[in-house]
Amino acid sequence: MAVITMREALNQALREEMQRDETIFLMGEEVAEYQGAYKVTKGLLDEFGDKRVIDSPITELGFAGLGVGAAMVGLRPVIEFMTFNFSILATDQIINSAAKMRYMSGGQFKIPIVFRGPNGSAFQVSSQHSQALESWYAHFPGLKVVMPSTPADAKGLLKSAIRDDNPVIFMEQERMYGNKGEVPEDEDFIIPLGVADVKREGTDATIIARSLTVPLALKAAEELEKQGVSCEVIDPRTLRPLDIETIINSVKKTNRVVIAEESHPFCGIGAELSAEIAERAFDFLDAPVRRVSAADVPMPYAKNLEREAIPSVEKIVAAVKEVAYLD
Amino acid sequence: MATQVVMPKLSPTMEEGQLARWLKKEGDKVSVGEPIAEVDTDKATMEMQALGTGVLRKILIKEGETAPLGQLIAIIAEPDEDISALEAKAGSGQPAAENKEKIEQKAEAGGDGAEQELAQVERGGERTQETIKGAPLRGERGGAPDSQTQDRRPAQDSSEASGNGSSVSTGEARRLIVSPIAARMAADAGINLRTLTGSGPSGRIIKRDIEAAIQAGDQQPEKLARAAERPAYQQPEVEGASAYRDETMTQMRQTIARRLTTSLGPVPHFFLTTEIEMDQAAEMRRRINELDPQLKISINDIIIKVAAAALIQHPQVNASFQDKNVRYYESADIGVAVAIEDGLITPIVRAAERKTLSQIAGEVRELAERARSRKLRPEEYTGATFSISNLGMFGIDEFTAVINPPEAAILAVGAMTPKPVVRDGEIVVRQLMRVTMSCDHRVVDGATGARFLQTFKRILENPLYLIV
Repeated sequence: MAVITMREALNQALREEMQRDETIFLMGEEVAEYQGAYKVTKGLLDEFGDKRVIDSPITELGFAGLGVGAAMVGLRPVIEFMTFNFSILATDQIINSAAKMRYMSGGQFKIPIVFRGPNGSAFQVSSQHSQALESWYAHFPGLKVVMPSTPADAKGLLKSAIRDDNPVIFMEQERMYGNKGEVPEDEDFIIPLGVADVKREGTDATIIARSLTVPLALKAAEELEKQGVSCEVIDPRTLRPLDIETIINSVKKTNRVVIAEESHPFCGIGAELSAEIAERAFDFLDAPVRRVSAADVPMPYAKNLEREAIPSVEKIVAAVKEVAYLD
Repeated sequence: MATQVVMPKLSPTMEEGQLARWLKKEGDKVSVGEPIAEVDTDKATMEMQALGTGVLRKILIKEGETAPLGQLIAIIAEPDEDISALEAKAGSGQPAAENKEKIEQKAEAGGDGAEQELAQVERGGERTQETIKGAPLRGERGGAPDSQTQDRRPAQDSSEASGNGSSVSTGEARRLIVSPIAARMAADAGINLRTLTGSGPSGRIIKRDIEAAIQAGDQQPEKLARAAERPAYQQPEVEGASAYRDETMTQMRQTIARRLTTSLGPVPHFFLTTEIEMDQAAEMRRRINELDPQLKISINDIIIKVAAAALIQHPQVNASFQDKNVRYYESADIGVAVAIEDGLITPIVRAAERKTLSQIAGEVRELAERARSRKLRPEEYTGATFSISNLGMFGIDEFTAVINPPEAAILAVGAMTPKPVVRDGEIVVRQLMRVTMSCDHRVVDGATGARFLQTFKRILENPLYLIV
């Protein structure tokens, strides 16, 4: 298997799917001539031409709506948001149109559309450009929400998302585009939506992490191993649909849970997971579920404050020790 | 606020309970979570905990008496509280049915006996907080909103607790703080949580505290002393009919009676007997135990293993009659009949086909021990796919056993005895053992059962088959 970056893995997924199905087209700000703000769409304009790789004006609500309309009449659009912060402008089309159309038309319209782009913090881009919005989209029935943490997952899941007949919110992470990993070259390599991955097996505590916090959780688990604490790291990969069974089985085994996430804690995915765990595995808990989330403040611009506001290996280690009643 | 003590549902099949022993008498102070009585259910003797704090004002049923689920059996209240209305209500008997319905609904919503107990402790906790108004519970509360901050800063919290600790620890209604898994493990192991000191924040009893208690083995299972006090047998008059005595049937005896008459009556039994040469199995057992005397493999362990292997080859026998379907099981969960005081129980070796002999031996020993001290959890004795009953140790040569529905068959194993047999025209001595399989004809036909027994016999006579 080749070792490639997350950016290249996403690019491969787009290219392979576009070769496979000519109804797929890309649209977004700077996706064509500039080859993507983060170069995810590199080389695609040359290969597929300007009918299938389209630069849009800076009008998120407009081109998201164009995408929904195209999906209704049989095309399979992949809409890039330069970051998900800008998708806030398009939420009417995403939530009111894409997520509802299949239901409200009594199944007459399929909406095979993918909205993708980076989500979460980057490098000092301050309050308005550092938000993790997964709980917004996961809240609504009708949307699928995917958050890969490795290049292989990114490729396999994006291919599944494009082949899905429902709207999929596909959330990448700017800090992770350069992360490398082994990726299968097989064109039929796909990872089904709704299947969690146990990134590391352990017996004493379960760390549930996604996207950026997965590598942090794995480092924390390594650190804790040296101190005699064996951690299981679970990456749900898809938040909707959620593979709760894998999570609950792990909780039943370890009895202790830490949830690591880049979003704010209040009404976040961590809160949802905590409730699910309390409902389904209350009798197996040895300690309250502990969340390591972003600070409950707008993201500071200052580098030192930014570092403090987001999850870190140290914070995850401390939380695991707390649920395991160490120190 | 008075607390009505009703007969709780302590096992999945429980319809009524027999009060084995009151642990408190009228006038005693009781607090939430404290054991107040022992109740015989159909399968085990369970502790019943108080759901309220106060004085045990009134006991409504005597030891040895039986009450249906939900019946009011005692009243806990403040020393000077008026409970005449409740007493009158108890006399009418009407609330029992209502309560029972509630209990059944809860049980159906996914509760088993252990969960009910936990739920009781939880409910009890709430009740305490309501009842002891104004009592300083600082540092002792588990569910209060401020517990989150306490949890996050255990060091500071404990110093805070010790600040006013004296008033807290002497309080009668000490709120027990227990993590859910710890409560569950303690219930399973029969450990009284009140005897433990929690090592978590605010004295929370956590998993490792229970593990330590189990390891220390300092928790003596409470003795079941009822049997010792039997009245001496009356010497009968020489003339006339035999003297007799009537003993109230225990819950377990009643369950056995009820269950078994649902068997031989409605289940069409037939019986297949075969004689098995046990020399090689006995030799194998001797040599295994020679390797490591700790293993203590018994012939019965080998029989369990062989039966499991044969069942996997004959899934038609590893099955049950389900009204319109025949259910075939994937693994061989073998029920092993264990005689205990007052009856019998069949703890289950799950998926015996996948376990080694030493695992099976260890598991059977451990299950039988807990069966005898009545500490089995319901899931450990319900839902076998096949059963084995061995009366060999009583010198029984052969017998027939009654099927334990919905299983399709049970194997009755007799004693292994040396007998002369003819082999190659010579009379030689061989260890022979007779087994009889009772089959449910709705599921297993004669030839099917015979083929299973053939495989069983072949493996048992040449146990090397187990590893090919």
